[in-house]
Amino acid sequence: MSLSVHFHGTLGQFALDVAFEAPGRGITALFGPSGCGKTSVLRCAAGLQRLNGCFALDGDVWQEGRTFRPTHKRPIGYVFQEASLFPHLSVRTNLLFGHRRTVGRGVPEHIRLDDVVDLLGLGHLLDRSPEHLSGGERQRVGVGRALLSQPRLLLMDEPLAALDRFSKEEILPYLERLHGVLSVPVLYVSHDIAEVERLADHLVLLRQGRVVAAGPMQELQADPTLPIARMPEAGVTLPAVVAGREDAYGLTLLRLDGGHLLVPGDLGPQGTARRARIAASDVSLARNPPEGSTILNALPARIVAAERQDEVQMMAVVALGEEGRGARMLARVTRKSWDALGLSPGQPVYAQVKGVALVQETM
Amino acid sequence: MSWQPIILTLELAGLTTVILLIVGTPLAWWLARSGAWWKEAVATVVALPLVLPPTVLGFYLLMLLGPNGPGGWLASLWGARSMAFTFEGLVIGSVLYSMPFVVQPIRNAFEAFGDRPLEAAATLRASPLDTFFTVAVPLARRGFLTGAVLGFAHTMGEFGVVLMIGGNIPGQTKVLSVAIYDYVETLQWDEAHLLAGGMLVFSFTVILTMMMLEKRIGRGGR
Repeated sequence: MSLSVHFHGTLGQFALDVAFEAPGRGITALFGPSGCGKTSVLRCAAGLQRLNGCFALDGDVWQEGRTFRPTHKRPIGYVFQEASLFPHLSVRTNLLFGHRRTVGRGVPEHIRLDDVVDLLGLGHLLDRSPEHLSGGERQRVGVGRALLSQPRLLLMDEPLAALDRFSKEEILPYLERLHGVLSVPVLYVSHDIAEVERLADHLVLLRQGRVVAAGPMQELQADPTLPIARMPEAGVTLPAVVAGREDAYGLTLLRLDGGHLLVPGDLGPQGTARRARIAASDVSLARNPPEGSTILNALPARIVAAERQDEVQMMAVVALGEEGRGARMLARVTRKSWDALGLSPGQPVYAQVKGVALVQETM
Repeated sequence: MSWQPIILTLELAGLTTVILLIVGTPLAWWLARSGAWWKEAVATVVALPLVLPPTVLGFYLLMLLGPNGPGGWLASLWGARSMAFTFEGLVIGSVLYSMPFVVQPIRNAFEAFGDRPLEAAATLRASPLDTFFTVAVPLARRGFLTGAVLGFAHTMGEFGVVLMIGGNIPGQTKVLSVAIYDYVETLQWDEAHLLAGGMLVFSFTVILTMMMLEKRIGRGGR
């Protein structure tokens, strides 16, 4: 089960040459600055645009050499930046537009109208005209319409970019739920790292029509040489499981690969899966176990790599556990402290975590 | 006064409009969507009757439809001498003469909604033909309404072309506008008044209805 992508050609002012493989499950984000060619890759995958190259899903070739399957024969769902609903049809008929042309013609029904309506909260909108919906509602209908066409691949082109902050926050939980329930692989184009970190499992970093790096998101996040590590909000998102509670203080103990974190709040019963985001600027390093500090979390770890970012800052990668075999985190520290403590790769340290954001319930 | 010219005119305008919708829709689609470099030349030919004096158009049509033109040859197939001065000839002339009034609004409507709805339909497994009928045509319905009404009304009022290729044969080519001219020539003022007044009321009603319908459709979608 996998996706094999390779497109090359000229796009306006630059040459695009993008090749990557993506898993046949979960969300793969195509991430990069505006104009790096990510939308073109998505359009090529849909057959809306044609560049040279090849494209195959689970060994089913959609494009290769002179073979080119037209868009309407590809089992895809496409979510545009603006929902692009049909204004002359009601929400219900919009939702069923693709459904009628697939399930109505004998394609097995994996996704039913009722499921989509529940999942995306569309019940009260069904008989309305798309003209009278808010931006967020429209986009939810757009997602539902794509899902109901029984896609084997969901393509999403910055589905949140045209929305205001409010509508974005409204629709993100729906997308997160989708991620948990859906077995269809998703290619998700975005230039917003926060969105990508909340949703994606796999990352393809693009810049000026080339792939800078591709791989599981945690791996790329913890690579200090990549451009995402230079962003002010750089950090990692790690899978975590609720391992216990300290009810007297209202804290929950989370188990990570290679260590434990105490975080505020009740995060559900033992065994609940969570995603914890730890920003590089929220992690500091100490050579000795800290004493007399108010910081709750100091995890034994080992420095595995470090990269000078500028005059002032160093970006260090630490692996949790005394042997340094656990999950990797980024720590942004000043060069002055780095030199003063005499830190270098291979050394054992204590990673002090000042803040954790919990982003998602993974199923 | 005879009802014949009125019935004949309605027949001519109705038939012309139907033919124009059938021929003009694919033409408008092609003009709206094609990337061919010579499409504007075609668009110009379609638009020519807007500027050309009807007599000029009528003159060339007479050449084409007459016994020495291709129309004459065509007519010889069923034993006639010429297609000029026949109802069929009038229909051909009217189709050409009213074409820009039908093609232009439909083309504009096809261009107005852009590529996106068509792309969205394709990603939802609609074939190009399916997309055309279930997305493009409904989205362009205002253009169709405007085109049909303008084509019909314009054909009803045509005079110059009719006079050149149709003449004045009762029940064959004697349409309203020619009949009015005829009444005036023969000083039958009452009959002329009735027909002219009728045309005035008709035109007013057509335009008013169209504007109101457009408003309604405008509110319904788009």
